[in-house]
Amino acid sequence: LGHDIHFHDKKIALLEAGPRKEYDRMPDNFSNRVSSISPGSATLLSKFGAWDHVCSLRLKPFRRMQVWDACSEAMIVFEKDDLDDMGYIVENDVIMSALTKQLDAVADRVEVFYGSRAVGYTWPLPSHSCDTSPWVQIELADGHRLQTKLLIGADGHNSVVRKEAEIKNIEHQYDQSAVVATLHLSEATDNNVAWQRFLPTGPIALLPLSDTVSSLVWSTSHEHALELLTMDEESFVDSINSAFWSNANHSDFIDTAGAMFRSAISLLKPSGTAVRQLPPSVAKVDPESRAMFPLGMGHATEYVQHRVALIGDAAHRVHPLAGQGVNLGFGDISCLAHHLSAAAFNGSDLGSLKHLLKFETERQRHNVSLITAIDMLKRLYSTKLAPLVLLRTWGLQATNALPPIKVRIL
Amino acid sequence: LFRLTMKRLGNFSTSHSSVDSKEMKKFQLLAHKWWDEEGEYSALHSMNDIRVPFIRDALLNMSRNHYLGNPLSGVKILDVGCGGGLLSEPLARLGASVTGIDPLEDNVRTADRHKSFDPVLDKRIQYKSCSLEEIVEESMETFDVIVASEVVEHVADLEMFINCCSQVLKPEGSLFITTINKTQLSYVLGIVVAEKIIGIVPEGTHDWEKFVPPEELERLLESNGFSVKAVNGMLYNPLSGSWSWMESTSINYAMHAVKSGPQGQSSPTDDLSEMESEKRSAAAGTAV
Repeated sequence: LGHDIHFHDKKIALLEAGPRKEYDRMPDNFSNRVSSISPGSATLLSKFGAWDHVCSLRLKPFRRMQVWDACSEAMIVFEKDDLDDMGYIVENDVIMSALTKQLDAVADRVEVFYGSRAVGYTWPLPSHSCDTSPWVQIELADGHRLQTKLLIGADGHNSVVRKEAEIKNIEHQYDQSAVVATLHLSEATDNNVAWQRFLPTGPIALLPLSDTVSSLVWSTSHEHALELLTMDEESFVDSINSAFWSNANHSDFIDTAGAMFRSAISLLKPSGTAVRQLPPSVAKVDPESRAMFPLGMGHATEYVQHRVALIGDAAHRVHPLAGQGVNLGFGDISCLAHHLSAAAFNGSDLGSLKHLLKFETERQRHNVSLITAIDMLKRLYSTKLAPLVLLRTWGLQATNALPPIKVRIL
Repeated sequence: LFRLTMKRLGNFSTSHSSVDSKEMKKFQLLAHKWWDEEGEYSALHSMNDIRVPFIRDALLNMSRNHYLGNPLSGVKILDVGCGGGLLSEPLARLGASVTGIDPLEDNVRTADRHKSFDPVLDKRIQYKSCSLEEIVEESMETFDVIVASEVVEHVADLEMFINCCSQVLKPEGSLFITTINKTQLSYVLGIVVAEKIIGIVPEGTHDWEKFVPPEELERLLESNGFSVKAVNGMLYNPLSGSWSWMESTSINYAMHAVKSGPQGQSSPTDDLSEMESEKRSAAAGTAV
């Protein structure tokens, strides 16, 4: 917003709990927190010059994504026809650094309070005939007091803004944790493919970071996650390789059923089946790079209220299996910025519900179906039961054969 | 209060003022409801979505230097019949210095209080409780723009009103009017439906006899030294609570007129093409 021309005479304050992060050169080690950035999000970041900084630091574009089942041969491959990049794997620190640089560029309009924490919020009363200020008052831990016409809550899935505004949140803890790590591959390769395999305990994904390094995101039960974290590095690497390569979970029944379906498809649509490739094997893991965090899903019943808007994980939280969490957040930003810019150009009060509701409707329409789909996928793939495995095997094979559906998913 | 009484007495004796005291009484009761966006004045709040871009784009089109970050900076605007300041505030946010006048003191008080919470608006807006005639002497040719939105249908002497506008406006300054046409359709929709049936306008607000057809308004403007640049019809959708532009001016309409320059001649323009470009830029402005 600081870069938007209609905001030239507005003042924006950014409260950041973490320290300032700016890098001119990335350290040799990759960070274990990465995000899959969609082309749409990349466009948003380039609109205000942040993407250039990301490119000058480091990122890894990927061209293909192979997703397959541990319980059957079914798989689906996504790739863009024109061999364009499907997305980018970028370390979170890189994005933070790029954003910090661009914030510096508009420092006269945007003031960033690093290491700050809000301890109290005072909400305006809706009736306008009172003598107290109609704006939102915020008190910081260090005693600073701020007042604003619009408060944007971007404080993650445990959003304090959301709780203080008493917006109800539909949430559900998955009994899964995600294990992340930075892995070194056995041999250097082009490494422009993202791999994800659905194990009964949860999906395991390998995201490329460079020709020799990939990032691991393995969602599994809490107990297994703890085991993975505490076992020695060799065993850890072995678990990963076997998770990707072993066919222990196949059953003859499913395999036959799957094979039948596949031949049926190849009769109807010769190009509809593809060859399953095997992901690269892992040689070692970066020491100290293993970490875990619990997973859950959440969706706020309202994204906006008078003078308040929620974006990103504060509004919705999803399972990482689709790599969409941060992209949904970027989508929220793009939409809110668009509506606020138009409102500013109309001279409107920025905290007015009128345009905030337009943002809410637009994003809820877009987000709810995706969030539900991700949740359904998670549940569908969390089981070994034959009927469901069959269902998802056929479903996956069918989807792989039908370009229109694949395009819609992308 | 004393001033108000004097004005009323003045009205009886000289009976020459553009302010109609009967009209003032109607608004007195609702003076504190101005800023409730969902309340009695909700239609006026949502009218900002089309009348602010209309004014903004017309002025941007006419000036040479466009600075989108502060489109109306340096522009002095007089908001006649400003009410609670619903239109003054957005115009001031876009950079203009606004003087808002309204004969009803309660309205001005509400407007003053609302703007006082925002330091930027507080500086840019001045409210005065008075009628247009009262400021004529001290404000000859001071304003770049006059807006009289939803006002002329409440005025007692329209010709005098327009004359006063001309006096306080700089040469080649702009006058923006939004009002209601006097047609059967406007009676049915504007009074019967809007007031009595759906109740989007408080009952008794409007008197059909005082509605002004655009042709008559245009005639009065042209004979008082103005040149009409654009006339656009407006339509209110009560279901969505929003306004939109319409080809026909049979119900509500907006008019943009320019006071002729010092030589008494304003540049001849093609009215039709002006309307087109203003409509287009009104749409483009919101798409930015």
